[in-house]
Amino acid sequence: MGDAMDLARVFGYLSMITLGGGIAVYPELSALVVDAHRWLTSAQLDYLYGVGQAAPGPNLVIVSIGALIAGFPGALIVLVAFIGPPALLTFAVGRLWTRLRGRAWVVTLQRALTPVSIGLLLAGCLTFAKGAMTGWMAFAIAGVAFVVVLRTRINPAVMVLAGAVAGILAFVLA
Amino acid sequence: MPSTATNESAQKLTALQLFGAFLLIGATSFGGGVIAHLRSSIVVNRRWTDEETFIELLTISQTLPGLKAVNLAMLLGDRLRGTLGAVVAIAGISLPGALLMYVVGVMYQVERERPYVKAALEGVAPAAVGLILATTVQLGRSSFARIDDFIFVALTVICINRLHVSVPHTLLGIGVLAVVWYAGVRRRSGRTE
Repeated sequence: MGDAMDLARVFGYLSMITLGGGIAVYPELSALVVDAHRWLTSAQLDYLYGVGQAAPGPNLVIVSIGALIAGFPGALIVLVAFIGPPALLTFAVGRLWTRLRGRAWVVTLQRALTPVSIGLLLAGCLTFAKGAMTGWMAFAIAGVAFVVVLRTRINPAVMVLAGAVAGILAFVLA
Repeated sequence: MPSTATNESAQKLTALQLFGAFLLIGATSFGGGVIAHLRSSIVVNRRWTDEETFIELLTISQTLPGLKAVNLAMLLGDRLRGTLGAVVAIAGISLPGALLMYVVGVMYQVERERPYVKAALEGVAPAAVGLILATTVQLGRSSFARIDDFIFVALTVICINRLHVSVPHTLLGIGVLAVVWYAGVRRRSGRTE
């Protein structure tokens, strides 16, 4: 029971400091889960984070952490604690935003935050690229994916699948 | 130029249709870049909303705490089908990944690094980089017309990637600067009209 409360508190807190993508919270996640509570080792967290990054959808590495610590109930508690608080906040702000739409200051705020938002997306992409761009092969894959997604209406999953096939081919032929 | 007009049928979407669409994105967006998948599916192929609304909701998602893909899916769900839409959108986008990560967590003891999986992921990651970059360009192209827009994009990137300023501080600093700037732009253009 003490564990459940700890899990809810830690991941509820982490959820509210996640700004600018999941990777932003990684240092604090590591500090709490590895150093403070000793739920996982640093190597375990690194491995699970990597799997979470490759898994479809948003990176839900926190579910694995919850499952490791306290089985299914642990996974569920962590998921709700991590998704719930920001979702409620975003829901409320989204409704408020819709209601205030069209007012001069809201229009200005949106106008001003749009380039900052695109900048955040680009910055996140560059941070992610640092680990992903390991050689000329990676640049070739990224380049092809970039052009094809930009020029066609292809399902992006096809490009990701093509990337996986290219990775395996490179490994087999090397 | 693909039309950005919203599909008529978006008016009478059922919660089940929404759930199915988000579940599909949640299950196929391997290796990051969920935002790219959301735009491709919801804006380009299904035309349930337009580019402008997508960027508006993306901006809200990114300036608030939480995983941006979850926040964005929820806001899209709310716009399309109200509170129930928001709930099914979160469930759909999160369920496949959450189930997979649960299994990974449970099986952790027997899990070993497999060379083929590792090789595949080394191809998946750069593909994700390419498609996030393409999506960023597409979003920027549809909303930017002026040089100052690009300057604020650049300032944000420089703060985070070069100067290593934290995201909240960047958001506060560049955000306030941008608000002051665009409020000034608005005033100046108001005078000349």
